[in-house]
Amino acid sequence: MPARPRRSRPAAAAKGAARTLAAVAATLFGLLLVTFLIGRAAPIDPALAAVGDRAGPEAYEAARRSLGLDRPLPAQFAAYAADALRGDLGVSTVTSRPVAEDIARFFPATVELATAAMAIGLAFGVPAGVLAAARRGRWPDFVLRVVTLFGYSAPTFWLGMIALLVFYATLGWAAGPGRLDVIYEDLVPAATGMLVVDSMLAGEWRITRNALAHMALPASILGYFSMAYIARMTRSFMIEQLAADYVLAARARGLSEARVVWRHALGNTAVPLVTVVALSWGALLEGSVLTETVFAWPGLGGYLTAALLNADMNAVLGATLVIGVVFVGLNLAADLLYRRLDPRIGRAAA
Amino acid sequence: MTGRAAAWLTSDRPSSALQARCARLYAGARALARNPLALSGLAVVAALLVCAAAAPWLAPWPPDAQDLARRLAPPGAGHWLGTDALGRDVASRLVHGSRTTLEIAFLVPLIAAPAGLVLGCVAGYAGGFADMALMRLTDVVLAFPRLVLALALAAALGPGLENAAFAIAATSWPAYARVARAETLRLRRADFIAAARLAGASPPRVVFRCVMPLCLDSVVVRVGLDMAGIVLAAAGLGFLGLGAQPPAAEWGAMIAEGREYLFDSWWLAVGPGAAIVIVSMGFNLLGDGLRDLLDPRVR
Repeated sequence: MPARPRRSRPAAAAKGAARTLAAVAATLFGLLLVTFLIGRAAPIDPALAAVGDRAGPEAYEAARRSLGLDRPLPAQFAAYAADALRGDLGVSTVTSRPVAEDIARFFPATVELATAAMAIGLAFGVPAGVLAAARRGRWPDFVLRVVTLFGYSAPTFWLGMIALLVFYATLGWAAGPGRLDVIYEDLVPAATGMLVVDSMLAGEWRITRNALAHMALPASILGYFSMAYIARMTRSFMIEQLAADYVLAARARGLSEARVVWRHALGNTAVPLVTVVALSWGALLEGSVLTETVFAWPGLGGYLTAALLNADMNAVLGATLVIGVVFVGLNLAADLLYRRLDPRIGRAAA
Repeated sequence: MTGRAAAWLTSDRPSSALQARCARLYAGARALARNPLALSGLAVVAALLVCAAAAPWLAPWPPDAQDLARRLAPPGAGHWLGTDALGRDVASRLVHGSRTTLEIAFLVPLIAAPAGLVLGCVAGYAGGFADMALMRLTDVVLAFPRLVLALALAAALGPGLENAAFAIAATSWPAYARVARAETLRLRRADFIAAARLAGASPPRVVFRCVMPLCLDSVVVRVGLDMAGIVLAAAGLGFLGLGAQPPAAEWGAMIAEGREYLFDSWWLAVGPGAAIVIVSMGFNLLGDGLRDLLDPRVR
């Protein structure tokens, strides 16, 4: 069989990048199409919602025309896509502000919560996974199995409620729902929208402490779920690494077991772990929807569920679209980082 | 078991398709019986089935019998899991709620699994544009976090059990389609497919009679692993009021009702949540067991 002509590496990389871009563009187009179609499937008539039940037929027709609902579906979709790409997601019927503005205001709270949860998930998940792999089949492994199985089986919102009941209402260890005690609200200027950062910037350490106390429970609940995922993935990566020849060689050279496990083997799992972190950030976005509802956390998830309950379709679809786009972006970032960090992958593909 | 039946079941030269099938089932059951975790999962699922079937006899009270004089009564004699804000017996509603859970747990795979199987096999066998279009479509659906897309769909369709099931199914089928497609790509170059084609079998016949039955195992494994997720998604939709509507008993909705009285009447939310945990844990364990049993890569 004749060898295939080898392309030069930059050309192959450019082709790979072009292909990735095309796939991302296609996915974004699909995201827009899906949210558009869901909006059209809704039994809520946007024109009727705009003018109210008591408007006459002329006013209703005028509203229909001004909303573009009298045009054919493809034209409506084109208009919707053009608006969305310009950052116009329509107006929320509940807050009567542009949905994009609302989302920009609520999103930092979600990022803050998800970041704290990720820190917790990494801090506990990686060591737990390493331990379980190193003591495979013995009690650390068993404990991890039970803990992750529970994490995969418990509803987030229920766990959040139980945590509030136990740690806030009964033991008084953590602060209750919301982001801050009422007396501290609106005291620090919003620079990043993340209260912990903002209050630190303003030098208001009491507010920082209060914000952290409010964040402890929801971040722990969310962090538990990412911990379960990260630990399980770390375990399987580590098992693979510990079976490799270089581990045997390191042991034969008389390196301590701790050094072999934590330095050599764990070092080699860092690259796949990056992917796992990006993916579990996406999962946190999903988990935040119900967690924020339970903890009255004013983030994107809370905004989405509030909009759901009020049949505010522009807000629902806008938030869904934004979450989808962030999710795609995270997956893309994971993919790119993976290629970047592991030179073998780029070479194998070329 | 008598010797002859055992010999018939364990024979390595089955003389009929029926015998081969029975032998496979028997071997599977034996393997499952050696896996205590999978067995306990099976026991949970079986208990759920019994609970749903015998709900009117198991529940001490009718699920929507109100007793306003005894509203929010703590667990005790008569109402061993307490009563809710309308004086309804929590334990009885819990038992009846198993029917709702089971209904969704059946409806979703019933819609999503055949759709994914057919689309995946057809696209994988046809290749070319059909295949690319399907893969792009699954990419798009999988680009949303599952619960978020199901929420948006359920919100658009309106609340209700069937709509919730449809919304969850719409987010489930791409995973099944991908599994079926991957399996089809592996099978389409096999000799027996070439033989069937040479014998004059039409493409639909090859796909539906030769390829699809062999993809079934992988899809079943995937559905099994998915069941806990389906139960959790259904509970989430119910919690937000998008699932079964009141006064029907639904575990997620019961937790939502309990949220209002969480700090005074904890028993409203604790029971239904524990039920969800137990059931989805059972499905998780059973799914893992099924995978070990059926997935050729694990074997």
